[in-house]
Amino acid sequence: MRKVYLDNAATTPMLPEVLEAMLPYFRDAYGNPQSLHRWGDEAREAVEDARSKVAALIGAQPEEIIFTSSGTESNNFAIKGLAAAQQSKGRHIVISAIEHFSVLHSARTLEKQGFELTLVPVDRYGLVDPEEVARSIREDTVLLSVMHANGEVGTIQPIREIARLAKEAGAIFYTDAVATAGTIPLDVGELGVDALSLAGNQFYGPKGSGALWVKKGVRIIPFLDGGVHEGGRRAGTENVPAIIGLGKASELASKEMRSRIEHLSAMRDRLLDGLPSRIDHVILTGHPTQRLPGNASFCIEFIEGESMLMLLNHQGIAAASGSACTSKALKASHVLLAMGIPHEIAHGSLLFSLGVSNTVEDIDYVLEVLPPIVDRLRQMSPLYAKFSKEQSRRR
Amino acid sequence: MAVYSEKVMEHFMNPRNVGEIEDADGIGEEGNPVCGDLMTFYIKVKDNRLSDIKFKTFGCGAAIAVSSIVSEMAMGKTLEEARKITPALVAKELEGLPKNKYHCSNLGAQALNKAIDDYLRKQGVKVETKRRRKDEQE
Repeated sequence: MRKVYLDNAATTPMLPEVLEAMLPYFRDAYGNPQSLHRWGDEAREAVEDARSKVAALIGAQPEEIIFTSSGTESNNFAIKGLAAAQQSKGRHIVISAIEHFSVLHSARTLEKQGFELTLVPVDRYGLVDPEEVARSIREDTVLLSVMHANGEVGTIQPIREIARLAKEAGAIFYTDAVATAGTIPLDVGELGVDALSLAGNQFYGPKGSGALWVKKGVRIIPFLDGGVHEGGRRAGTENVPAIIGLGKASELASKEMRSRIEHLSAMRDRLLDGLPSRIDHVILTGHPTQRLPGNASFCIEFIEGESMLMLLNHQGIAAASGSACTSKALKASHVLLAMGIPHEIAHGSLLFSLGVSNTVEDIDYVLEVLPPIVDRLRQMSPLYAKFSKEQSRRR
Repeated sequence: MAVYSEKVMEHFMNPRNVGEIEDADGIGEEGNPVCGDLMTFYIKVKDNRLSDIKFKTFGCGAAIAVSSIVSEMAMGKTLEEARKITPALVAKELEGLPKNKYHCSNLGAQALNKAIDDYLRKQGVKVETKRRRKDEQE
């Protein structure tokens, strides 16, 4: 059976070059970068080389990069650490309604500790309106956070505009760039942000690798106390192989970005055009043009996401869904709901996130396999039966 | 999809008794599309026995498997016997359900009961559709 992995938003596979770069640091180069001997030197030099590569990927200075264990850690660290550093100036935070849970729940935690939180809504494409952000800013607003792009619906936000508003208000602006760093061109100076997160397993690096970039001069309160690792901002012995892997993935991303985008967006457009022409009552979710190159997300009416995933999996295709039944918490995706998509339609969410190893043949296979699956589930669906009866009555 | 038992997968892949009965003697609907599950059961009754059962279900893999097995368990049973199909029995017959999907087994039993209620009402029997005992997992 053909195997087609289209769940790259969950994690990308690691590239062989990345694994090769990491392997020596599991075997022979096992030193602690803090140690003062040749083993330590070897590890330290490799970590600093990786730091430069990550910095180069986003147009930053190496010393501004803090290595972390994941995008989630970076987001927790940023929201809590930046807010804590600013709290003498004010305790109001503004974030978008579609932030990743690691941002949203961190902000909720701060709320419990006495901060005030404003959620900025999005439109039906998942776009944050800078005007809405401007309206939500108060005298005591110290931190704003809007993600660069949402991995679930693919919408890319007008970060530069929003960051400018934050700057004018004298507040810190943070962006979760986990879905974009290593995927689309990104320059922290051009964006005008104060801090930014990224994660290696979103661009063919290892799981357990992440970074937080904090602009020189911006204060952040450490999350993990201990030694003076990462410039005293994140204690704990460095995860050297993961860091090396992140560095290698960054280097490859910088080099190959343009060709990757070309390849991904061609496949994406084939799906975006192909599915609605083969299946009725399909809704594209996210922005039609301001969108991640590898994101093709839909809601398919009258049926439910998990059952689609199971039947796709049976045919060798891996995808994802924001339906309630798919989530362990049995809640429909907060992103889709924030976009004004009704619950019963959000249950039909289906997300294909493409990666560099996918081919046009993979996409054609999906276009061939999915319509009968949808048909089969609709034949079982009382919602579809009701809809069909109403349609024929109208005729 | 290793979260489901083989039996659930088997019923999900090959659901029994999918469809509608045009001249059904009783129809029962349970669930809500807003919550993500909706089940409709159609029954035919002959000599106090369920002579035919069909269902349509909008929902996850567990919801579809539950509908299928409930239809299979109830087929040919007397109305009284069919009413004794509890969510726990449904889950057991499916060789277990993940904890967060247990409510699906409740929906299946409830939809079948509502179809029986509907049949009895049409026969002029006064029935009060009582909410079945909610299971602890709910």
